[in-house]
Amino acid sequence: MKVSLSWLNEYASINSDPEEMAAKLTMAGLEVEAFNSRFDYLDRVVVARVEEVVKHPKADRLNCCRVNVGEEMLSIVCGAPNVKEGMLVPCARIGAVLPGDFKIKKGKLRGEVSEGMLCSASELKLDADTSGLMPLDSSLVPGTPLVEALNLSDTVFEIDLTPNRPDCLSMIGVAREAAVFQEPSVELTLPETVLPQERAAVSINDLARVDIRDPELCPRYCASLLVDVTVGPSPFWLQQRLEAVGLTPINNVVDVTNYVMMETGQPLHAFDFDLLAQNRIEVKTAGAVTRFTTLDGKEHPLEPEMLMICDGEKPVAIAGVMGGENSEISAGTTRVLIESAYFNPVSVRKTAKRTGIGTDASHRFERGVDPAATKRVLERATALMADFSGASIAGGIIDEHPQPCPGVEIRLNTDHLNRRLGTDLSAGEIKALLESVSFGVTQESETFLNVSVPTFRVDVTRPEDLSEEVARLWGYNNIKTSFPAVSPSRASLSPRLAFRDTVRECMTGFGFSEAVNYSFSSADSCDRLNLGADDLRRSVERLLNPISEDMSVMRSSLLPGLLETMKRNNAQQVDTLRLFEVGNTFIATEKGIQPNEREKLSALWTGSRVAPSWHTKAEACDFFDIKGAIEGLLSHLGVADVVFSRASKDDHPYFKQGVAAAVEAGGKTLGVFGQVDSTVLKNFGLKQEAFVFELDMADLLAAAPQSVTSTPLPKFPAISRDITLVVDRDVAAGAIMAQVDSFVKKETLVEDAFLFDVYEGKPLAEEKKSISLRIIYRSWEKTLKEKKIKGLHDRISKSLIEGFGADLPA
Amino acid sequence: MGKTIQEIEKKAFADIEKASGVAEVETLSTRYLGRKGELTTFLRNISKMDVSERPAAGQDANQLKLKLDGAFKAAMDRLSEADGDDAFIDVTLPGRPVAKGTLHPVTQVTKEISDVFLRLGFDIVEGPEVETDYYNFEALNIPKYHPARDMQDTFYVSDSILLRTHTSPNQPRVMERVEPPVRMIAPGKVYRCDSDLTHTPMFHQVEGLMVDKNISFGDLKGTLTTFIHQIFDADTSLRFRPSFFPFTEPSAEVDIRCVMCKGKGCRICSRTGWLEVLGAGMVHPAVFENVGYDTDVYTGFAFGMGIERIAMLKYGIDDLRKFFENDMRFLGQF
Repeated sequence: MKVSLSWLNEYASINSDPEEMAAKLTMAGLEVEAFNSRFDYLDRVVVARVEEVVKHPKADRLNCCRVNVGEEMLSIVCGAPNVKEGMLVPCARIGAVLPGDFKIKKGKLRGEVSEGMLCSASELKLDADTSGLMPLDSSLVPGTPLVEALNLSDTVFEIDLTPNRPDCLSMIGVAREAAVFQEPSVELTLPETVLPQERAAVSINDLARVDIRDPELCPRYCASLLVDVTVGPSPFWLQQRLEAVGLTPINNVVDVTNYVMMETGQPLHAFDFDLLAQNRIEVKTAGAVTRFTTLDGKEHPLEPEMLMICDGEKPVAIAGVMGGENSEISAGTTRVLIESAYFNPVSVRKTAKRTGIGTDASHRFERGVDPAATKRVLERATALMADFSGASIAGGIIDEHPQPCPGVEIRLNTDHLNRRLGTDLSAGEIKALLESVSFGVTQESETFLNVSVPTFRVDVTRPEDLSEEVARLWGYNNIKTSFPAVSPSRASLSPRLAFRDTVRECMTGFGFSEAVNYSFSSADSCDRLNLGADDLRRSVERLLNPISEDMSVMRSSLLPGLLETMKRNNAQQVDTLRLFEVGNTFIATEKGIQPNEREKLSALWTGSRVAPSWHTKAEACDFFDIKGAIEGLLSHLGVADVVFSRASKDDHPYFKQGVAAAVEAGGKTLGVFGQVDSTVLKNFGLKQEAFVFELDMADLLAAAPQSVTSTPLPKFPAISRDITLVVDRDVAAGAIMAQVDSFVKKETLVEDAFLFDVYEGKPLAEEKKSISLRIIYRSWEKTLKEKKIKGLHDRISKSLIEGFGADLPA
Repeated sequence: MGKTIQEIEKKAFADIEKASGVAEVETLSTRYLGRKGELTTFLRNISKMDVSERPAAGQDANQLKLKLDGAFKAAMDRLSEADGDDAFIDVTLPGRPVAKGTLHPVTQVTKEISDVFLRLGFDIVEGPEVETDYYNFEALNIPKYHPARDMQDTFYVSDSILLRTHTSPNQPRVMERVEPPVRMIAPGKVYRCDSDLTHTPMFHQVEGLMVDKNISFGDLKGTLTTFIHQIFDADTSLRFRPSFFPFTEPSAEVDIRCVMCKGKGCRICSRTGWLEVLGAGMVHPAVFENVGYDTDVYTGFAFGMGIERIAMLKYGIDDLRKFFENDMRFLGQF
């Protein structure tokens, strides 16, 4: 909200300079986001003396002037009728930007050079006078900035008001705060309203009536009536004030309603009384009426429960939101009915939300206006409007008040308050603080105060609210810093969080960098991954109000995010990437129920295996690089019984046929990995091979041992023996290893076995490959002798040869 | 039949031990590993052995060959140094690259924040990112049609299910589960329907909550001051100013002296000299009532902060969107 300092000064004399004022308001809880001098636009406007006036050779109405602006003389073409030699006038120099975004540039007017503009008061928004140049006092010195010469100053504060303080959505409200936080604090002077003695011969009660059909939604409705209104422009000062706080002046009737709203916080509405059918107001819900055109010319659909202001036949305003086109003030309006009402905040908010209309009025009503001010404000507006429009006020005021608003009384325990704040304030001190912002306080005892809350403070309803009042008035920064007396805690990372840290650190150790992508995904991500129609990942949770189509669903896999990250990096010529991400995926369940959130670990490797250097030539990464990362991770986590198997393209259509695998541990699948299929690469706009995996974090955690038990180290040396088998090419090495592992498990002398070579090519036959295994034998009791293991080794060899139809190498 | 492999090994190592010059080692190397060397000959003769013995013999011989290679090299080095003959490598050539990955700056800062609070005895909890209207709003004293809902633009999945707009739903979730005392922080992703230069539709927050008997606003100040001093500098000044959150009363914004200009006023702090880093306050009694805590017995404080905001200040990052573009050139800096 914009607040003008000069306007504030009407109610409290503010002595602080703008910067100090801004700081004080901020510390009072009214955060000042910015403050500017209102006359900044006069930056390049100076006092000038017209030294010479010569008729323009080619234009009768123009004069060519020589103008003294202090250190230099300018040539300016001027069309004002009152220009004459020796007069002092405002001059907008080149570079000035006048109201209406009017930029002053060097130019030629019908052939004559003009280096600026001599201005009228209206061009400078300093007065309404458009008749000619603005004459300045002859004692002024040419060249003086106009702001300085005329002593123009006003500061406009931009306040970011929190929703709990509707009382400060007004100049008086802000002035009240500003006055208290002045040092020393100053008194608040509220405008006094005296309705003129002289009234029109008629009484409002004879001409109009108001009926409230729904007192829940409209507890109070006041109306006054003006006759013999002459609609015209408002006084210049009033227009100025409205503009200073960001409102556009319209006419003396509408401007008064806006002015008084800005002054008091109570929204008002003016109806053309002669357009109100049967000259009556009925406050009721829209019911069967389904459409309504507001005064901005827009038609809105209505819902039956929306509260409307109606005349004898039809709605004329959406209550608390906006008036209707059908009863708008026009140039020909002669009788005006002013509305000042209290509407139910929730009702106004619902209506404003549903219709999508947010106005200064609805903003105030939905936060809560002062329910006791309805009539007082109406009188203020009525008096001003009569004054500015030459109207007479009809006798009486209608004040329908079916639901009086009870005041709020709070019994405050000052011990509780001090304990909550960590302060040591006496009841007397607390009383004084609350009274400074208009709370009524009576002291009941040393520890109890009876507090009566001013009606404009709709945010204060319970003792804790008073603690905030006291705290901010006392000063948050005057409250002593303390430390909670707490018992020692057993705080530690939960296994899940600690596990996530371990996974992350392991992945960075393997050279993968962590990415964090949006949890949103494009609606077509599943299509781009080639996912089958019944793939679970197609059950995406859709947003009702997405930012854009490509962020319209919650991701069901981390892979699209990583592939898009790859694309962005490739576009920056970063071709080698090792990325991982840990984050939630979302699978929709039933409507109205939260989706399943599953945490996943995904990684992507593309480009080179190792950074190119003088030691090694760059080599593209492949399937076994990403597999190695998984094996390394599982090994680091201590996951046992890991089995890899070919993943079918039917289940995982985003992998290249044959270059994908599933990894399981203890019989449970942890995830899949492989090479991204070329069609998927194309779908994501990618040009180079990529290898990815996605593992389920909860399953991974379940597969990892909770603790590690150390095993003793062997005392005797081991003997290793190798076996090379020639087998058909499609025999899986994993199957051979599994068989060897079965010996490791059951034979105490077999300690370990691993694969150390695979060979295809000559001299082997075309469909063959050789696989070399090393088996480690060791006894825990003594040094093994060759003879001792010979039989065992032969048995293992034989089982493998028979099991896989293998030959020994020639 | 010649020597056994064990005999060759024993003798070779004895010879190497005795050698007293580079030339001598060279001669020994030829004697064992040369074309007609003892080990070479042994290997050649394996084919004459019984089939059943061949694999073992071959494997042993090959292993010895590797061992002897190393031993000869070491002996040469030892003796050539004694000869005063410097070995030369260009130590200025780059070493073999070791791959190094980095943790995302949000992860790093989250960890730093968590570590501070772990030391202060706070537990770390997490909650769902797709939340119910109840936990995100109602339980936090933000009824439907309350203007405070305007403070956060919400993504909806259905009428009652939404993307959490803050980490605060963890407050009622934890309090429903456990009785006081409560000390917890809850880091995580949050979502707001807002995207421009200074807003991303997803970002990260850390929520904090402490409930016990006699917890005061002064305790809130003390705890957050300690936190700020550990995360930034121990001489960072703070100020607390009144604000509004429906679930705290009194509510406060916590500003720190601008870490860039030290309070002189710069672009980062909009020339105010202060940076807003935390929202905080004493838990509103309505929140306690919603979870069944006795408001006469317990008081508590809660706070929340944006992690990216802290990361931007710590690392001098000028654009929020960089966090989610995952440009390797950016990620690699942390």
